[in-house]
Amino acid sequence: MSDLTNIIMKEMKELLTPSTIIPIILMAFLFGAMGNMMGGIEEELKEKPVIGLINEDSGDLSKIATNILNEHAEIIYEGSNVEEGLEKIKEEEGTALLVISANFSEGIYANNPGEIEVYWIMRGAGVMDSISSGVVDFLIGAAEQEISKALIENDVHSDVVLNPTFKNETTIFKNKEMKGVSPSQISGILVSQSLLVPIIMMMIIMMTGGTVISSMGMEKENKTLETLLTLPVKRSEIVIGKIAGSAIVGLLMAVIYMVGFGYYMSSLGMSSEVNLADLGLTLGMNDYFLVGVSVFIALLAALSLCMILGTFAENYKSAQMLNLPIVALAVLPMFVIMMKDFDTLPLILKIIIFAIPFSHPMMAMRSLMFDNYLFVLVGIAYIAIFSVVMMWIIVKIFSTERVLTAKLSLPKFKRKIL
Amino acid sequence: MNKAIEIIDLIKDFGKIRAVDGTSFDVSEGEIFGLIGPNGAGKTTILRIISTLLQVTSGEVKVFDYDVTKDASEVRKLISYLPEDAGAYKNLTGKSYLTFIAKFFGNGKKVSEIVEKGVKIASLEERINDKVDTYSKGMMRRLLVGRALMIDPKLAILDEPTSGLDVINAQEVRHIIKDSTKRGTTVLLSSHNMLEVEFLCDTIALINEGKIVEEGKPQELKKKYNATNIEEVFIGVVQ
Repeated sequence: MSDLTNIIMKEMKELLTPSTIIPIILMAFLFGAMGNMMGGIEEELKEKPVIGLINEDSGDLSKIATNILNEHAEIIYEGSNVEEGLEKIKEEEGTALLVISANFSEGIYANNPGEIEVYWIMRGAGVMDSISSGVVDFLIGAAEQEISKALIENDVHSDVVLNPTFKNETTIFKNKEMKGVSPSQISGILVSQSLLVPIIMMMIIMMTGGTVISSMGMEKENKTLETLLTLPVKRSEIVIGKIAGSAIVGLLMAVIYMVGFGYYMSSLGMSSEVNLADLGLTLGMNDYFLVGVSVFIALLAALSLCMILGTFAENYKSAQMLNLPIVALAVLPMFVIMMKDFDTLPLILKIIIFAIPFSHPMMAMRSLMFDNYLFVLVGIAYIAIFSVVMMWIIVKIFSTERVLTAKLSLPKFKRKIL
Repeated sequence: MNKAIEIIDLIKDFGKIRAVDGTSFDVSEGEIFGLIGPNGAGKTTILRIISTLLQVTSGEVKVFDYDVTKDASEVRKLISYLPEDAGAYKNLTGKSYLTFIAKFFGNGKKVSEIVEKGVKIASLEERINDKVDTYSKGMMRRLLVGRALMIDPKLAILDEPTSGLDVINAQEVRHIIKDSTKRGTTVLLSSHNMLEVEFLCDTIALINEGKIVEEGKPQELKKKYNATNIEEVFIGVVQ
């Protein structure tokens, strides 16, 4: 073995420890889950959108529109009753019901744009949930272009030749009927409005979690933990003291970060034509209280989990690595929730997102806007139970010698690699 | 004389490794008792068990009649443990560190008295107000000895108290330890420095491969093995 190989082998043995490998494997697993979700979305884009169509017009121009829709969409209802059509669309998990009004063609020839009523069935408020409605919207635009083309080719002199149609949109989402807005407008405003809690949550978890794990790593590295554990103080007080101290420091850091982030966001001057209050999507004091409770308990859960991971930290360096899975657990739900609504996620992702305690405060605000109190309360109950179990485990660990002797080890793996 | 420590048939396993193998010994109140043995003999494991940090696999360990497993919280009120390679919180000053520890043993004026005693024992002069991060190894050890003894514990458990210190610092620490017994502290210490143990201890126990192989007063042992110092006694016993 050459000197160089000898040094390389030594470096690898030093660096490839379970505490560096396991967090990376966990991160890879989480990214894999995210990739799986994105792949599912790509499949969704390839599929024809499912719609219903009521054509009350018997003119030639509405035929141009229906031909395009027939070619590029799967039409599952072609009756004449809106209520019936909507039921069918809901049943078949369709995207929209389009109603081409009577005198559509006649109106266009008489210089009045033809009305297309669109009833959007919105299933989720994530950015990617409005993909299918976007496709239908594109088809309506394509139909309008074809009508314009026909008008120009037939030498029809009309003032509305370039914009022969207009949409009258109604979006139905979680039993709320919102007139005059499209799903993409709603998801856009909801994402921007409800993104603040996920970002705050992610920052708090990253800051406080990192502080707790590092604190344990430093106690072990500086050899102060043994002294602390022989002092006449209850182990539960040591645990709570460490969690509370780290929480205060982490919160302070998160607040400083959020102030900066707030200024950054406000400088972008983001505004929207849609007012959530007009749509009945506002939160009351009780709702904000529930969001606060959810954030607080999730923070406790995060810190307890970090304390458990911290007991495996042998020093400051390994503590930093052990923080990675916590960061991933905070980032994953934030991105998933931004992209897709919980209700529209594949089952496996639903289970993963529900199991991650930090997801619940991130989802709480949007759920409360649609009066889904049960989901929020179940989420709070879940993270409360999770926190209690984590606290119990960490107090148990502190009550035994494991707090001093615990370290990540993969004996079989180690033998093979090293 | 009352027993400060009573150990009967102590066994401690770490997985498949037996670190302490059926050890029994007593430490009388007010004496300095030394555990002597080579590295890996099981000295630190025994001290950590008495300090309530490690659990007993089998056997019995009592500190002033309190069982270290069942009455761990009572034992912690009586002891002060100085680990071999202990450190202090790097961002605190020496005095802040002593104050942090003192607050677990009293309130108000009592804290100031304890800290004053700690400052005196550590004898770091004005450097006591500097951050621990800036201390040399000798200064750190003196601070920690001050921390361990400032509360006048009933039992001080000192693991290699002069480890890594130069001759002068080591000598000072030995005197501090000897003085502590005048204030009623019983001392259990471990060392592989046989000469140090001979100077400090009233009773010594020689430990090898997790077992006590000999125990007695240094003078008696030297006589028994016809040795000029404890080092020779140890070699005689082990061979």
